[in-house]
Amino acid sequence: MRSVHFLKLFFLSLLILSSCTKKEDVILVGEYGSLTGDDATFGISTNKGIKMAFDEINSKGGIKGKKIKLITEDDQGKNEETAKVVTRLITQDKVMALLGEVASSRSIIAAPIAQKNGIPMISPSSTAPEVTEKGDHIFRVCFLDPFQGYVMAKFATENLKAKKAAVLRKNGDTYSEGLANVFAAEFKKFGGEVVADLSYQPKDMDFKTQLTEFKAKKPDVIFIPGYYTDVGMIAQQVKQLEIKVTLLGGDGWDSPKLHEVGKEAINGHYFSNHYTTESTSPIVVEFIKNFKQRYNNEVPDGLAALGYDAAKILADAMTRTKDLTSKNIRDELAKTKDFVGVTGNITINDQRNAVKSAVVVQVENEKRKYVTTVAP
Amino acid sequence: MEEIIQHFINGLSIGSIYSLIALGYTMVYGILQMINFAHSEVYMMGAFFAYYSAKFLNLEKSPSYSTLIIILVITMILCSLLALTIEKFAYRPLRKQPKLNVLITAIGVSLFLQYFAQIIFGADPKVFPNLINNQLLFEVGGVSINTFDVTILGVSLLSMLGLHFLVYHTKMGQGMRAVSHNPAVASILGINVNRTIALTFIAGSSLAGIGSVLVGIKYQKIEPLMGTMIGLKAFVAAVLGGIGSIAGAVVGGLVLGISEVLVVVYGSSQYRDALAFGILIFILLFKPAGIFGKNTIEKV
Repeated sequence: MRSVHFLKLFFLSLLILSSCTKKEDVILVGEYGSLTGDDATFGISTNKGIKMAFDEINSKGGIKGKKIKLITEDDQGKNEETAKVVTRLITQDKVMALLGEVASSRSIIAAPIAQKNGIPMISPSSTAPEVTEKGDHIFRVCFLDPFQGYVMAKFATENLKAKKAAVLRKNGDTYSEGLANVFAAEFKKFGGEVVADLSYQPKDMDFKTQLTEFKAKKPDVIFIPGYYTDVGMIAQQVKQLEIKVTLLGGDGWDSPKLHEVGKEAINGHYFSNHYTTESTSPIVVEFIKNFKQRYNNEVPDGLAALGYDAAKILADAMTRTKDLTSKNIRDELAKTKDFVGVTGNITINDQRNAVKSAVVVQVENEKRKYVTTVAP
Repeated sequence: MEEIIQHFINGLSIGSIYSLIALGYTMVYGILQMINFAHSEVYMMGAFFAYYSAKFLNLEKSPSYSTLIIILVITMILCSLLALTIEKFAYRPLRKQPKLNVLITAIGVSLFLQYFAQIIFGADPKVFPNLINNQLLFEVGGVSINTFDVTILGVSLLSMLGLHFLVYHTKMGQGMRAVSHNPAVASILGINVNRTIALTFIAGSSLAGIGSVLVGIKYQKIEPLMGTMIGLKAFVAAVLGGIGSIAGAVVGGLVLGISEVLVVVYGSSQYRDALAFGILIFILLFKPAGIFGKNTIEKV
């Protein structure tokens, strides 16, 4: 008698399970990102942006009558986890398109997997050039490192009148090394001198040795293309060593945690970013208003804005397809032109990169003060 | 010149933290002849104990030396309890077994704690509260000395002196030395071996707890995997000084800290970790007993 009950239950649960995985009425989109780990705020911010975009689309009836369902996987900010979760998204969950990652090193790991399986992938904010070179299914909605390096070199020489610069790069990190190389080259082209170029190791906490070296060379600016936790600690140690210098960086600085780690030591320094919360354009104002309403009055950082734009561009391409297949989505993504996003007007070029301008902002407590815009 | 002094101070400050943790390795080795690889995780847990106790007692808004002392004491107690638990459940049952079994267990405990901490505390880094205010104390020839540097050096020096007093000038210390010499004979002479071993774990893990609070103050960032590298470095420092020797652990830590700084200055940061393990291989090849160790002849 009991075994009959058990069988009934078993088939019932099978029925429930199979109805859950029925794919006709939803469009599955996969997202992988660092929801925990050293760069956790990147993944969390991006995820918030993406979720908000899809919820907006779903509340307006979805795409071709279908709702978008987002499946998010955490790669813990680790390279070795990334391949695992991306493979799972593609082969097990059978997603139609992928969104991710912020860190270029991890996008580069995921890109070949997406390419091999014919799944279009949009990176919201991986700025290293190699990412989209991995194949014709890989797109991005942010600008590239060479451009960011150029922006900061130009800003240092023209706005800050810097003559001598030092570079502190994170060893073995695609993003950091790429930005550092371009900045050094461009700074020299603008007539400046790079007086020191040193590196630190992932997980390092003591940067005083490198900074002491810099102190002796008396640079006007130190370019630190790292992520926010490292940068916060570096800023603190710059202050402890009493070095009078302006710190410059890239979009890797953009996190609410930058100030938590760096405290007042980070104030007054500059970094290049994707958008500014001080913008008055209606779409940005609307985005910030909705984001604050949804997420407990939190001001969206650049990564949330890019996550939002990436999701919206994907949805836009999906609407334009005849029937929803990964191949068609890819083709329509490649045709994206003058898409009005929060982070600017986005056109995808034939290298599948977004062409857009960057802003330079100054850190002022938790605020990012808008300084200037640099167009490509 | 000014740079060299600054480098020296930086090296001393990181080196003294290596020393504090190296002492834990050396003491346990001295008594049990085993490498307690879980020691670096006791250090990591110490940082989280300090973090949560500061939050729980609401001390993060009132940085002062009394705050620092309260947190230090709490962390030392909790770290000791953790180490005693590990000793009781993982090492004591294996005490009569071959040393290799205990070593493998230690590695297992270490990995267990790493992943346990990731589940409990989350894998993302936490920002350590300000326990003391950092101010510029004085400047000598362009070298700035601030409260953090002085506190870290002062606290580590005091704890090392405390340990020295415990081991060489107390009855308990005498017992520890006796057990490390020959546990069987020591127990015949009426020394409670279990209690002595427990005391060793308490002393070693308290120092690890102090080290973790100092690192928290200095670098502000704590995370569940923070023990791995610093633990390996401290282990190298202990071997360099001569494992089992207390003076050796202190000197080994300082030598390693300062030479790492010099490698970054005159070489590159890529070589820094390689240096530590280069030293380890070199020492094991040419002077296996370390700087302060005595060569012993193994009877076959």
